[in-house]
Amino acid sequence: MSTETHSNTDITIEKRPALFLAEFNSPEECMHAAEKLRDAGYKKFDTHTPYPVHGMDEAMGMKDTPLGWLVLALGMTGCLSGFAMMQWMNGIDYPLIIGGKPSDAFPSMIPVMFELTILLSAFAAVFGMLGMNKLPQHHHPVFYSDRFGKFSDDKFFVSVEAADQNFNLVKTRALLESAHPAHLELVEEEVA
Amino acid sequence: MSDATFTPAELELMKGAESPIEELGERNLLSPTMTFNEITESVCAPIEGKTPLAWWIGFAIAFTGLGVLGGSITWLFWKGVGIWGNNSPVAWAWDITNFVWWIGIGHAGTLISAILFLFRQKWRTSINRFAEAMTIFAVICAGIFPGLHTGRPWFDYYMVPIPNQMSIWPNFKSPLIWDVFAVSTYATVSILFWYVGLIPDLATLRDRAKTKARRIGFGFFALGWRGSNRHWQVYERAYLILAGLSTPLVLSVHSVVSFDFATSVEPGWHTTIFPPYFVAGAVFSGFAMVLTLMLVCRTVFGLKNIVTMKHLELMNKIMLLTGSLVGYAYAMEFFVAWYSGNQYERYVFINRATGPYAWAYWSMISCNVIFPQIFWFKRFRTSIPVMFAISILINIGMWFERFVIIVTTLHRDYIPSGWGMFHPTMWDIGIYVGSFGLFFTLFLLFLRWIPMIAIAEVKGTLKHAHPHPHHGADPMHDEASAHDALPAPAE
Repeated sequence: MSTETHSNTDITIEKRPALFLAEFNSPEECMHAAEKLRDAGYKKFDTHTPYPVHGMDEAMGMKDTPLGWLVLALGMTGCLSGFAMMQWMNGIDYPLIIGGKPSDAFPSMIPVMFELTILLSAFAAVFGMLGMNKLPQHHHPVFYSDRFGKFSDDKFFVSVEAADQNFNLVKTRALLESAHPAHLELVEEEVA
Repeated sequence: MSDATFTPAELELMKGAESPIEELGERNLLSPTMTFNEITESVCAPIEGKTPLAWWIGFAIAFTGLGVLGGSITWLFWKGVGIWGNNSPVAWAWDITNFVWWIGIGHAGTLISAILFLFRQKWRTSINRFAEAMTIFAVICAGIFPGLHTGRPWFDYYMVPIPNQMSIWPNFKSPLIWDVFAVSTYATVSILFWYVGLIPDLATLRDRAKTKARRIGFGFFALGWRGSNRHWQVYERAYLILAGLSTPLVLSVHSVVSFDFATSVEPGWHTTIFPPYFVAGAVFSGFAMVLTLMLVCRTVFGLKNIVTMKHLELMNKIMLLTGSLVGYAYAMEFFVAWYSGNQYERYVFINRATGPYAWAYWSMISCNVIFPQIFWFKRFRTSIPVMFAISILINIGMWFERFVIIVTTLHRDYIPSGWGMFHPTMWDIGIYVGSFGLFFTLFLLFLRWIPMIAIAEVKGTLKHAHPHPHHGADPMHDEASAHDALPAPAE
């Protein structure tokens, strides 16, 4: 824990370590650091890269995402609810006999069932992705770092959260330094 | 561990999915010396720099066009659709022509962003954002026309399955209702796909912002994106799924549009070739529009190092292919009309080629089938003035295609006493010209406010973007990386 005093207001702001942020110049070095953290048993760490680096999932020891199953479930919901809607509207609630065809004729319902499958699947993909990533989240300790903004340009970052069970101010720093970062800093956040 | 210890099959596995496949003649399209920062700088420059004078001139013209659209629609609301030239027997005319034309233009955007993504065509990354924006704006323009053509646009909500004062539901046997679902799903999914692709690039703009307003504005829409690999994993999966969903979607949209015609009992419309023929034509016209706009923008904003001649040449090849598909469809329509033995069907096609609208028919044939054949020659495929001229001709030709299909069928279908001609009024022209105003107003705003090239995606295609994870070649690597290397082949 560290404290600093704002002299003009006399308010004491207590701060605690939030994460270590290591900066690298290349995806290779960043991936290498991720592999080290994975092998040392860290769980709450992350890499921040300008584009998705292939192979990073394995380097970080991440499991596959279940997003596809969510999309499948919502897609089938869209298909079946579209079918039910049209059957009820045209077949039961207000039968419309058009062109001498049965009011609940199935073949002409296929296009709308298809479109609703796609629509609900797309909602599942986008909003499921945002939900699993806990976005939007405009506040995050990494943004306290003045250097972090370069992640969206050409720098590669590794962050290790203080909440990780292996987090240790000395040992974690030493581990990250062994990966030769271009810059390493301890980011602190205010105690709420 | 060196490469020599791996079998060729293992080496192939280790190659990143983004590496060019040399056996197919693929090469890195961007210079191998290009850096990540260079991409950020060149794409952000048009948004962060001073507005070029050409932009203001273009915006003034486009905004005037938008005013024409507003005026024409206002007058239409006041007087009714009688101000258009539509009349019996040609009840579908310019408005439906414009609808099909605009929505077709949109299709290239989805093709580039989704289908080429699934086929792992890396060159799409330089043009996909641009084309997707074009899709959305084209669909907006397209949506105006059927909405107004209903005659009483304030009752358009009857098309949506919500309870209304008549206690009646939409007729789901009607292809026009299928169209409502297809086009609105298409617009929604296109916007979602576009926005998902934009999130990392909006974060780039947020992080580069010089003013607080920009940081908050871009930051709000960037959703707090921090390039986290745990996010990228789900993000990439979502993007792949969206591409997989958009591919059948885009094929369905123009198929459903073609059902509007194909399910009716009109000579020249009632054919099974319509869905594939419409989809090919849509891609054809869309690529032409992307090319027209791209040629202007890469010159004005200096993006020649990202959108290279190789990209343009590939687009020309796709136009040659789809143009020839459309040409085949034109020929097949004639063959089937003759082979059917149906006198009405035969007459419609003879009338198209020799009747009062023959000028429109032959404009269509020359612009869509004959002129694009010039792209068989590499010299013309790589000539900017030639491709610019051809892309505009294709757009004209594809407008005539829809005009020919709609008007020549309706103006002389069965009984000669029911025949007539279509004459557009100034309001037909006003709304069509005005739709360009809307399109270009949106497009110019897009160019100034949103990265017109997908920054993150282009970075991922650079030669040095993806390290080989199980590879100890980097001097920075030490013993720790050896443990997870691929097992050496047993020898």
